[in-house]
Amino acid sequence: MSVAARKTVGAGLTALTGAAAVLVVGMLALILFDVIRGGAGRISWRFLTAAPEGGMMAGGIFPAIYGTAVMTLLMTVAVMPVGVMTAIYLHEYAPPDSRLAALVRVAVTNLAGVPSIVFGLFGLGFFIQFVGRGLDRAFSEPGVLRYGQPALVWAALTLAILTLPVVIVSTEEALRAVPRDHRDASLALGGTKSQTLWRVVLPGALPGILTGAILAVARGAGEVAPILFTGVAYFLPDLPSSVFSQFMHLGYHTYVLATQSPDVEAARPLLYGTVLVLLALTFALNLVAIAIRTRTRTRAAAAH
Amino acid sequence: MGRSAPVQVLADAPEGAASPLTSMRRRQVREAGIELVITLVALTGIAAVVLIFVFVAREALPLFSDPEVAKEVDLGRMFLPQVYRQGRPPGFIWQPVGNIPKYSMIPLFIGTLKVTFVSMIAATPIGIAAAVFTSEFAPRKLKEILKPTIELLAGIPSVVLGFFALMVMATWLQSAFGFSFRLNAVVAGLGLALTIVPVVYTVAEDALAAVPRSLREASLALGATRWETAFKIVLPAAAPGVLAAVVLGFGRAIGETMIVLMASGNAAITSWSLGDSVRTLPATIAAEMGEVVFGGAHYAVLFFLGIELFVFTFVLNTLAAVFVRRFVRRVSGARA
Repeated sequence: MSVAARKTVGAGLTALTGAAAVLVVGMLALILFDVIRGGAGRISWRFLTAAPEGGMMAGGIFPAIYGTAVMTLLMTVAVMPVGVMTAIYLHEYAPPDSRLAALVRVAVTNLAGVPSIVFGLFGLGFFIQFVGRGLDRAFSEPGVLRYGQPALVWAALTLAILTLPVVIVSTEEALRAVPRDHRDASLALGGTKSQTLWRVVLPGALPGILTGAILAVARGAGEVAPILFTGVAYFLPDLPSSVFSQFMHLGYHTYVLATQSPDVEAARPLLYGTVLVLLALTFALNLVAIAIRTRTRTRAAAAH
Repeated sequence: MGRSAPVQVLADAPEGAASPLTSMRRRQVREAGIELVITLVALTGIAAVVLIFVFVAREALPLFSDPEVAKEVDLGRMFLPQVYRQGRPPGFIWQPVGNIPKYSMIPLFIGTLKVTFVSMIAATPIGIAAAVFTSEFAPRKLKEILKPTIELLAGIPSVVLGFFALMVMATWLQSAFGFSFRLNAVVAGLGLALTIVPVVYTVAEDALAAVPRSLREASLALGATRWETAFKIVLPAAAPGVLAAVVLGFGRAIGETMIVLMASGNAAITSWSLGDSVRTLPATIAAEMGEVVFGGAHYAVLFFLGIELFVFTFVLNTLAAVFVRRFVRRVSGARA
């Protein structure tokens, strides 16, 4: 090929790949634009703080916001200690050629790839049918189902397992960013391994661990498939009274309004409002996580 | 003498010596205890994968052990063509509710394949091209903005993407292609592509970025242009990593639930036309689990679908991991 031809092909290919990148960013912008345009007029104090009325066609979405928040909080409390400790094991305790650590890594990678609906089935089969029914057999009067039915706590635990890989991966990255010298310095001063971990490594890794928590919350708040059979309800007159109650959820609310509403046009404003709240929530969390991560990475790169 | 004084103390005064020794031992015991607890907690990941398989399989087990369930459905009736009415040719029908429940999985497999096919056809070239652009052509400043922005797409909940596919994309695509069904395999597949693109993009971009700079420099020094370097040197070098990206995207596409549930029309039809409504494996589980009798045949069949999904994605993930390992070995070999 002549030099001119090679240059033309090069310009063409660069433009083509650039067009693909523009297309992806364009779709993202389009989704945001459509949701904001459709939902912005709907958002009001009343919409955020009132319960639904008139067969879901009026009122607000407060119970769904509340349910999403409480479930996500429970999930975070469950997943963070396990995820952080697993990452600590993988990065701080396991010997470099440990078979067990390799197996844990394989399991975590595969866990991240399990379809979300399978988590839903697992939550139903394990937490409700096995653990919940087991608790009922042990503690409830015969014939009464207190624990063995869909509930806030089962949904939260199901999502905790789903978000476990997110926390492990972020925490491990954070641990990797803590310079080896800091550990050595602490050990040389006579600190034990756990003291070093607790006073030197974990404080240094805190921003990264926080990133993991935020990403897990963003992921958990938006997932609908795993909670379909494990605790969510379309409409409840009261807020959940205990962790063994069912709850309303922004994502499930979106799904039902979009697909099972008798009058789609009438439900449209409410639907757009709900989607905007859900999207704003997950998006804000993701943005914060990315901001923290970018800062940590730059700092880690500077330290090395 | 001054040097051996502590030893002297140790030998002479047993009570004074015991305390540093036991406190040392106590410390060691505590350290070992902490390590044990952390190691045990780290097993949760392994336990989770095993428990998921065991407990989903447990609920599907009546298919093979319960004679009541076996009256309604067995492996033959799930996978082989069945004659449902006298004089009609045998066919595949999924219709679990009715006088004669029909549990043929073939329409669901075909539906899943159709939707996955459309999403991969759209997402693979776009994801890889965007990754090549980011890694090879974009100026540094642009790269630093582009990557997190595209990754933000992965942060949008799938129910929101399903909503977008249902409310907006379905209308556009119908007016553009004149589908006779508003919700069909193309709408669901393109909606699905919105979540697959970030997966393919992220993994492929990581692979491209991991290709040693020396390869690029050698190519450029020999007089190749930047695009020649990108397409003839970097992309082939990163091939196993890019392949892993595609396989991971494929696994994600098979298992994605909410987008397909909302945008596919959910009709279990045995047809290869992309313009027909379709029903996929995950959408079937999500749509029907709410209405089944616990412990019945339908319930067991839905869990059986879950096991199939688990096995498919497990195989795909393992395959992707093999590609990644091969890629890492190749890159580190090139560095040495």
